[in-house]
Amino acid sequence: MSTGEGAGPALLASGDVSAAGGSGVQGASRRPVRSWLRFFRSELRLVFGRKRNMILLVVTALFPLLIGIALRVAAPHSGNGGGGGNGPVGSFFNQLAGNGVFLAFIALSSLLILVLPVVVAVVAGDSVAGEAGSGTLRYLLAVPAGRSRLLAVKLAVIATFGLCATFVVSAVALVVGAVLFPIGPVTLLSGDTVPLADGLLRLFFVTLYVTAAMAALGAVGLAISTLTEHPIGAIAAVMILVVASEVVDSVPQLAAVGPYLPTHWWLGFDSLLRAPVDSYTLLHGLLSFGVYLVLFGSFAWARFTSADVTS
Amino acid sequence: MTAISTSGLTKRFRGGQVAVDHIDLAVPPGSVYGFLGPNGSGKTTTIRMLLGLAFPTSGTAALLGTDMPSGSERVLHRVGSLVEGPAFYSFLSGTANLARYDAADRHADPRTAAARISAALDRVGLLPAAKKHYRHYSLGMKQRLAIAAGLLQPRELIILDEPTNGLDPQGTREVRGLIRQIAADGTTVFVSSHLLAEVEQVCSHVGVMRTGRLVFQGQLADLRQTADARVTVQTAEPEAAAKVLAAFGLAGAQAGAGEASAALADAEPERVCAELVTRGIGVRGFAVAAPSLEELFVGLTGEGFDVDG
Repeated sequence: MSTGEGAGPALLASGDVSAAGGSGVQGASRRPVRSWLRFFRSELRLVFGRKRNMILLVVTALFPLLIGIALRVAAPHSGNGGGGGNGPVGSFFNQLAGNGVFLAFIALSSLLILVLPVVVAVVAGDSVAGEAGSGTLRYLLAVPAGRSRLLAVKLAVIATFGLCATFVVSAVALVVGAVLFPIGPVTLLSGDTVPLADGLLRLFFVTLYVTAAMAALGAVGLAISTLTEHPIGAIAAVMILVVASEVVDSVPQLAAVGPYLPTHWWLGFDSLLRAPVDSYTLLHGLLSFGVYLVLFGSFAWARFTSADVTS
Repeated sequence: MTAISTSGLTKRFRGGQVAVDHIDLAVPPGSVYGFLGPNGSGKTTTIRMLLGLAFPTSGTAALLGTDMPSGSERVLHRVGSLVEGPAFYSFLSGTANLARYDAADRHADPRTAAARISAALDRVGLLPAAKKHYRHYSLGMKQRLAIAAGLLQPRELIILDEPTNGLDPQGTREVRGLIRQIAADGTTVFVSSHLLAEVEQVCSHVGVMRTGRLVFQGQLADLRQTADARVTVQTAEPEAAAKVLAAFGLAGAQAGAGEASAALADAEPERVCAELVTRGIGVRGFAVAAPSLEELFVGLTGEGFDVDG
């Protein structure tokens, strides 16, 4: 694929370079928002233009399709098919036969265990470590991109990539669910039935909630990425952190630390599928994501603005 | 205002090793400054500190009158640089790579980006390969692309770290030609190399590093003047000739295989020759030679593998 041959349509030549040298330079620095947007677009093109990242997105999109087909082929009425018997996830499976919308919730909760974190870990772990490893980091800083500015753009693009991956899962699952299963009013976990439009709105907010969770993980990945020149190491470290957190969270004797773990609130999106909405879980989840985002974002900033670039 | 000035600039690594030891650089504006020294003498670490990539342990540095690293974002857009070899995105074309670095520059005008990028590529002769992926570039092309990145904006100072590293003689000549062109525009050029011969033709000033210390700084002509001419006599009796030279008052007289030599200092060569003949030495050949710059350079930096300090 063409990785946006650099300039792209947005950057048309004005023709006269020498005229641009003096006045143009000042004109650009007087438009900070525009220069931020340009850097952000360049970073977006870089991340989305990479074959590896596109393959990740495509593979992520295949999961809801496979889950949908598998659940359609398997006895559609067996409540213990696939996901498990208890909790909200089990309820999703029970509901699926009657309503294809639930495939989206099933897909999100299944992929949140490993696939979505992997997608975010790859992009976040690679963000700074990849540039350091290839040496492009020293050139970006000598441009100068500005250390804080570079980090902010990296984090914004990681979050955008997480948003894309999450919405791809929801969208594909919704389409596959609509094709393979009936679609209609949604019966919530609390037993109430809401119109389809209300159900879809709730799915939208659920997807945003998962996006927030992935953005927080992205900040953790960015922080780890500033510590090394080896992107694979950073990616592995993020994944180990996710798995360790999930393991600790599953041990009942360690329930006291559970709420502080980075993964603890990820599946809290089921609170949006109750009437009234379980705002306690919802707000605690969002608070946890916010704290992780700020904490690790600050750590990444403190580290990145004070460390020598030696690669 | 000097283009580059440092005062007591020092970098001590975590292990305690001192890579750069109290150096005071003064690069006059408009000069082509050759920053010389063997590999590992602290040149790249110095350049990293100049560009704000590494933080000094002590001492100060200023580019174009602006303190570094605190002034990085105010001054670096006026400085083009090539640090420790080219580094680009292998999956992007030459044009896309330059666009990437240009997009990171908040001082760059996006409306002129395409024109500036092709002008920079044209200047280093890469326009025909502009759409080619970076990974298919030859080493010389990669090096030239890195120089093109330094030329995306009108610059007041260009810092080139080992721009001829790994290039064949043809590529080295091309880079030298580029340096001459850049300097002809009035841009100050600071170019590092471990090979004096590669830069002496283009430099007006040199600084010589040895194990983290700046052992010489000044005009190239000044370096030449530090050279002591030596007189060399080809003879069948080197020992006797050396004695005559010493007796005549020449310092450092020594005998070699079939020749004797000594420092000439203020003595007149004619009289030295006459003295030898008078003393009955059979003179087969007589020569006065100043050491080449290369020899002076090796004298300052030490022989290869001479890792001291």
